[in-house]
Amino acid sequence: MLRLLLLCLCFAGAARAETIVLGLSQDSVSITATFDGDDILIFGAVRRDAPAPTQSGDLGVIITVAGPDQRLSVYRKARRLGIWVNTQEVEVDHAPSFYAVATSGPIRDVLRDTSDLRDSITIPRAIRSVGTGVYDSEAFIEALIRIRGNADLYQTQIGGVDLEQDTLFRASFDLPANLTEGDYVARIFLTRDGVPIDESSTIIPVQKVGLERWLYNLAHADPLIYGFLSLIIAAAAGWAASAGFAMLRR
Amino acid sequence: MQIYLPIAEVSVDAFLLLGLGGLVGVLSGMFGVGGGFLITPLLFFVGIPPAVAVATSTNQIVASSFSALLAHLKRKTVDLRMGSVLLVGGLIGSTLGLILFNYLRSLGQVDLLVNLFYVIFLGIIGFLMLFESVNAIRRARNPAGKRKPRRHHNWVHNLPFKIKFRVSGLYISVVPPLLVGVLVGVLSAIMGVGGGFIMVPAMIYLLGMPTKVVIGTSLFQILFVTSYTTMLHATTNYTVDIVLALLLIVGGVIGAQFGTILGLKLKAEQLRILLALLVLLVCGKLALDLLLQPSELYSVSVGEI
Repeated sequence: MLRLLLLCLCFAGAARAETIVLGLSQDSVSITATFDGDDILIFGAVRRDAPAPTQSGDLGVIITVAGPDQRLSVYRKARRLGIWVNTQEVEVDHAPSFYAVATSGPIRDVLRDTSDLRDSITIPRAIRSVGTGVYDSEAFIEALIRIRGNADLYQTQIGGVDLEQDTLFRASFDLPANLTEGDYVARIFLTRDGVPIDESSTIIPVQKVGLERWLYNLAHADPLIYGFLSLIIAAAAGWAASAGFAMLRR
Repeated sequence: MQIYLPIAEVSVDAFLLLGLGGLVGVLSGMFGVGGGFLITPLLFFVGIPPAVAVATSTNQIVASSFSALLAHLKRKTVDLRMGSVLLVGGLIGSTLGLILFNYLRSLGQVDLLVNLFYVIFLGIIGFLMLFESVNAIRRARNPAGKRKPRRHHNWVHNLPFKIKFRVSGLYISVVPPLLVGVLVGVLSAIMGVGGGFIMVPAMIYLLGMPTKVVIGTSLFQILFVTSYTTMLHATTNYTVDIVLALLLIVGGVIGAQFGTILGLKLKAEQLRILLALLVLLVCGKLALDLLLQPSELYSVSVGEI
C-alpha cells in the first residue's frame, strides 16, 4: 500500500514543494451491538517535486482526529449545608466529543504557538468558550480536559507519529467504546520549523449500524412508538416468564 | 461479552447486567419487593447515566409487576376500585415528578435530586424495617410481650368524599388514597421505582386495607404508573434504553424464580433483617457520596447543539 502511494507521487504534479498524500486503515467506523472501541491507522507520505530542502528547519507531522462538536456544561461542586452540590457552571460553546492529537516530536519543536492558535491544533485550543462570568473559568476547562482525558476521549500522543526518512508517516489512534456518532475529521499538518507548510484532511464517519441505529433513530424520531414498543416487550417478557415457569412446575 | 447500549451510549458487560437483574430478581422473589430501589443505584455504580438508569428501571418494573399482577388477578386479590383511585393519584404525581425532574435536569441538579431522594427514603425504610423485624424476633422469644392493637378508626375515616371499596371492605374518603397515589407517582418518576415499599405500609396502616388484597392492588397501581412514567421519559427525555431493560428483565425474571424458592427455605424475620441491612448499605454508600469530598469536584454534562 505504501509503495503504491510512493508510486503515485511520481506522477501527479504539485505547486508546492512538499505536500501530503494520505491513507486510512478504514473509511468509516461502525458502532455495532458488540462495539468495544476501535483502532484507526492513519498513514501517508510526503510528496516532493525537488529534493528535500536542507536549510528550512526540521520536518514535523501532526495528526488530529476530532469528533463532532458539543455544547457542554461543566459544573463544580462545593459544600452546601453539609452536602456536596453543583454550585458553579461554565458553559462551553464548542468542545469536541473526541479529540486526539499525535505528533512526530515534542510539541514546541513541531508547532509554534501562533500556528496552534490559528489552526486550533492542541486540545486546549480545540475547546472554545466565551463569556463565562466565572472568574477562574480556566479551571473548568482544565477539569474538562482532565475528565475526558481519563475517559480516553482526549488523547495527546507526543511522538505518536512515526516519521521515516522524512517521507513516510503513520499514527494509530484508539477510539474508546463510548464514542459519539457523527463525522470525525482527521487533519494532517506538515510543518517545517513549527509552521504548517501543507495541510490535508479527511472525514471518517462514525455511525451506529443495524439494530443499534434502528433503535436510536426510533427513540428520537417516534418516541411514542418506541415507548409503546418497550412497554410491550416488558409485558411480554413478564407474561412469558410467569407462563414458562408455571409450565415447568406442572 | 461487551454490549453497546444504543440509548445510554456506553459499552457494558452484558453478563454483568444480566447478573444485576438476576440479583435484584432473587431479592424481589425472596422479599416480595419490586427491587426498583436497588436496581437504579446499582446502575449508577455500573456507569449508566442517572437519567437513563431511572427511566429504564421503570420499564423493567413494568415487566416484573405485570407477571406478578397476573397471578393476583387469578386469585382475585385485587381491589380494582381502590387501585383506580391510587392510579389517578399516581398519574398526577408522576407528571409532577417528571416536571420537577426535567426542571432540575436543566439546572444540572438532577443527580443531587435523585441521590437525596434515595438517601432519605432508603434510610427511613431501612431503619423502620430493621426495628420492626428486631422487635418481631424479640416478641417471638418473649411471647408475654404486649402487642399493640391496630386502630381501626383514625382521622382518615373522618374526611369527606366517602366511597365504598367492596373488595377491601372499606367505606372511606377518596382523599387519602389519592394522596398516597400522588406521593408514589412522584417517587416513581424521580427514583425509577414502583413505590410498593411506601404504598404497602400506607395501605395497611393508614387506609386499613386487609393484608390479602394489599399486594395485588399495589401491583395494579404500580404497573400502570410505571408504564405511564416510562412513556413520559421516552417522549420527553429519550432516555429509555430497550436493550438495557431487556437484559435486566431477563436476569430479573430468572432470578425471581430462584428467589421465591430461596425465600421459602429461610425464616421470614431473619430475611427482613437481611433486606433492611442491604437497604441501609446502599443508602450509606449514596450518603457518603454526598457527604464526603468527591475526588473530582467537576462534572461534565452534554447539551444539545
